[in-house]
Amino acid sequence: MTRLTPIIVLLFFASVPWWLTDQYLLHTLITTGIFILAAMSLNLLLGYTGQLSLGHVAFFGIGAYTSALTALGFDVELFGLFRVVHEPWPPVLGLLFGTLVAALCGFVIGKLSFRVRGAYFVIVTISFAEVTRLVSLNWVELTQGPLALPGIPPLTIGFPGLGYMTLWEKTENYYVVLAFIVLAYILIKRLVNSRFGRAMIALKGNESLATSVGIDVTRYLVIAAIVSAGMAGCAGALYAHYIQIIDPMIFMFLNTVTMVIMVITGGKGTLAGPLVGGLIFGLAPVVLRSYVGPEIQWILYGLLMIVVVFVLPQGIVPAIEQWFNRTKAEPLREPSVAGKGERA
Amino acid sequence: MNAPVAATAALERPVALSIEHVAVHFGGLVAISDLHFTVGEGELVSLIGPNGAGKTTAFNVITGFLRPTKGKVVYRGTPLTGLKPHEVTKLGLVRTFQRTSVFDSCTVFENVLMGLHRRVHIGLVATILALPSSTRAEAELREQAWDILRLVGIEHRASELGGSLPYGEQRLLGVALALATNPSALLLDEPVSGMNPTETGNFVRLLAKIRERGTTILLVEHDMPMVMGISDRVVVLNNGRLIAEGPPSVVQNDPEVIRAYLGQGAKSA
Amino acid sequence: MNVDQLLQHLANTLIMGGTYALLGIGLTLIFGIMRVVNFTHGELYAFGAYGLYFVSVVLGMNFYVSILFAIAGGMVLGALIELVLLRPKRGADIDTTMLLMIGAWIVLQNTEHLAWGSIAKSIPSPFPTEPLVIGPISLSWLRIFVFGVAILLIIATYFLINRTRLGNAMRATFQDTDTAALMGVNIRAIYTMTFALGSGLAAAAGALLGPVFVVTPTMGDLASLKAFAIVILGGLGNITGATIGGFILAFVEEIGAGYISSGYRDAMGFLIIIVVLLFRPTGIFARVERIG
Repeated sequence: MTRLTPIIVLLFFASVPWWLTDQYLLHTLITTGIFILAAMSLNLLLGYTGQLSLGHVAFFGIGAYTSALTALGFDVELFGLFRVVHEPWPPVLGLLFGTLVAALCGFVIGKLSFRVRGAYFVIVTISFAEVTRLVSLNWVELTQGPLALPGIPPLTIGFPGLGYMTLWEKTENYYVVLAFIVLAYILIKRLVNSRFGRAMIALKGNESLATSVGIDVTRYLVIAAIVSAGMAGCAGALYAHYIQIIDPMIFMFLNTVTMVIMVITGGKGTLAGPLVGGLIFGLAPVVLRSYVGPEIQWILYGLLMIVVVFVLPQGIVPAIEQWFNRTKAEPLREPSVAGKGERA
Repeated sequence: MNAPVAATAALERPVALSIEHVAVHFGGLVAISDLHFTVGEGELVSLIGPNGAGKTTAFNVITGFLRPTKGKVVYRGTPLTGLKPHEVTKLGLVRTFQRTSVFDSCTVFENVLMGLHRRVHIGLVATILALPSSTRAEAELREQAWDILRLVGIEHRASELGGSLPYGEQRLLGVALALATNPSALLLDEPVSGMNPTETGNFVRLLAKIRERGTTILLVEHDMPMVMGISDRVVVLNNGRLIAEGPPSVVQNDPEVIRAYLGQGAKSA
Repeated sequence: MNVDQLLQHLANTLIMGGTYALLGIGLTLIFGIMRVVNFTHGELYAFGAYGLYFVSVVLGMNFYVSILFAIAGGMVLGALIELVLLRPKRGADIDTTMLLMIGAWIVLQNTEHLAWGSIAKSIPSPFPTEPLVIGPISLSWLRIFVFGVAILLIIATYFLINRTRLGNAMRATFQDTDTAALMGVNIRAIYTMTFALGSGLAAAAGALLGPVFVVTPTMGDLASLKAFAIVILGGLGNITGATIGGFILAFVEEIGAGYISSGYRDAMGFLIIIVVLLFRPTGIFARVERIG
C-alpha cells in the first residue's frame, strides 16, 4: 500500500531462516518460492497480455530437464544417424541454458500460437505441454523416461576470486530462491511500467485500438512469451537442482493449474498477486495435510478457485488495494509548464 | 469556410490518399463495389451515405483491418495492400473507431501514453536495466502526453479512467489517442455522434487546430450541417457504390444524393 | 507394409472412431452453442465409466440397462454443473467460464479418487471372449457392440439436432443467441439442455469404453484432451466435423502406434492440434467465416 511495503515484506522473508527451525517448513517455503517464480512468469502472459496459457508447465519442465542434462551430461543417438555426447558441465551453466532454452521455446511457441486467440490458443498451449510430457516419458535414452533423472548436482554459486559455495543446505537454497524472486519482481515491474508493458496492457484491453495506434500486437505477445518462458525455465532449473531428481511428472497439467490458481487468486495483472496467491496455495498443504488427504486438499483448491471467480474475480490483491485506496484518491496533477504546450 | 475556394484549393493539392477501384465482398454480399476517390494533402474530405452504405467497411479497408477483394489503396505512393493495421499506422495514416475507442480500464493519461507508443523507442534491455536513456525517454513521453491532452482539452481528466468519461469526452480521448501517433492523415469514424451542440462546436475548433498542422482528414459523419460546413469535398456512398463527389455546395443539390437520403428516410419512417 | 495388418488397423480405427466421435460431438455442441470450453468433459466421460461400474458391478444390474443409467447420470450431472456454475455466469467472457470449468474438473476428479480409490476397476461384459474373425481381421464382440451403440447414438444426435423442435431451437441459438431469444427461444433452458446432452454423450463414450479398457480416476484427462483435438480438427462448433474428426484421430493414433511407436499414440492428437491450428486455424472442415 505504501512504497515501504515491499521492503518490509522482503526483510521479513529474509529473516525467516534465522528463527524458523522446522526444516520441513523451510523446504516448503523453498518449493513455494520456486512455484511463485513460475506463477510470476505466468502472470506476465495471463495478467498483463490477457493470454490464458495453459501449457506453462512445459517451460518449467524444459528448464528443469535442460539444466539437469547440462549438469549431468548425456549421450544420445539422433535418428540413428549421429551421436551427440555431452560431458557434464557446472550446474550454473545448466541454470543459464535452462533459462535460454525455455526462452527459445517461448519464442517459437509464441510465434506459432499467437496466430490464434481465445479457446484455440488455450488448446494449443495445452497440447504443447502434453507433447513435451510425452517426449520426456518416451525419449528414454535422453531422459530415462519414467525412471526419472536422479543425482542432479546442486548449484554452485560464487565469483572468481571471491570463492565458491555449493548449495547443499536448505538455508542457502532459500536465499537463492528469494534473490531470484526479488530479481524477477524488479524485472517485471520495470517491464510493465515501460512502453513494453503499456503495449501489452493495450492489446489486452482493446486489440483493434492497440494496432491502430501502431502497436505490433504479435511482436509484444512474443516478447512477453519469451520473457515469461525464460523465467519459468529458470524456476524449473532451480527446482531441478534443489530437489536433485526430476521425472516426467513435472509436466503434469495439474502443475499448470496450480500456477493458474495462484495467479487468479492473488490477482492477475498485479505485481503482488502471484506472491500472495503463491504463498496461500504453497503453504496451504502445511496446514491442511494434518487434517485431510491430498484428494480433499485438491477438492478444496478447486472449490476455492470457483469461489474466487464468483466472489473476487479480480483476485485478493486488487480487492485489498481498493480497500486501502478508498480513503486517499489522489488525482494526477498536471506539471506546471507555463508557456509550454498549446494553451489558447 | 468558403466552399468554392476550398474546392479550387483541392485541385492544386498533391494526392495523399488514393482509393483505387476498391471492392469488398463478404461471401456473396457486396459491401463495396468499385470505390474510387482521392484525398489531397491537407484536405478535409467527408465520406457520407445512408446506414449500411459501406463507409465503415471503406475505413477498414484503408487502414488494413480488412483486405479488399479487388483494387488497392495507396498512401503517399505506398500501396497498402497486405499491410497490417500497425504498419499502416507507421506510414502516418491513423484512424479512430465508431464506438468504443479508448482503453476503458486505464486512466486518460495512460491512454495517451499508449498512443505515444511509436514516438520514443526504448530497448527491452535498457528498460529492464532502467538505464538513464530509458528514464529520460519515459519523462519525455510524459511531457508529450500532457501536450496532447491540452491540445484536445481534457487535461483536467488525466487521472480518471478512460471508461468513466462522459461520452463526448471519450470521443475526444479517442482522437487524442490517434493524434498521439503523430499522424499525417487522420481517419475519423463518426467523431461527433452522441455529442451535444456545444461539444460539436468545440470539436470543429479542434479539427481546425489539427488542420493547421497540415494533417489530412477523412471524415465519416452523419451530422450534415457540420459536414457541409467544414469539408473541402464530400464523397457520397450508397449501397457500396460511389454516387456523387464534389464540393459540399454541389453534392448537396445532387438529385441522386437527395434520392438516396430520402429513400432511406422513407424506409425508416 | 503388411496388408493384413493394415486391415486390422482400419477395423480398430472404425471402432475407436465411433466413441471418439461421441466425445467430440458432445464437446463441440457445448462450445458451439454456449461458447464454453468444457474442461469437465473428460470427467463426465470418467463418470460414465464409473456409473456403469457402480450400477452393473456394485448394484449387480443388467449390463445394458446399466449403460442407460450411466448415460442418464451423466446428463443429470451435466445439467447440475450448468445450473450451478454456468447459468449465474452467462455472458461472462470465455476465460472466466474456462477457469470455472477447470475448478469443477479438479473437484470432480478428486471426488472420483476419493469415492473409488486409485486402483483401476474392470467391468465385466456379457459378451463371449472369443473374438469374431473375418479373414485377417479379428474383433472382439464387445468392441463391435461398442461401435454399434456409438453409431446409433451419433445418428440419434443428428436426428435430435436436425429434425426436432429442440434441435431447431439449439441451431437457432448456435446461429445467433440474441435473435433466437427474440424469436421466443428460452435460451436458459437451451443452455442447460445442451450441456446435459453434451455431458450425456461424454458419459456414453465412457460407459462404452469402460469395459474395453479399465476405469481409473484420471482416465478423464486424456479423454478431455482428445476431445479437444477432435473438435479442433473439425472446427469448433461443427458437429459433422467432430464426427469425421473422431475417426481421423482414431486413424492417426492407430497408425502412429502401429508404425511409429506405441509410446507416442497419445501424442498424435496433440500433434494434430498443433499442425491443424498452424495451417488451418478454423479446422479442416470449417467454411470460410465472414469477417466484419
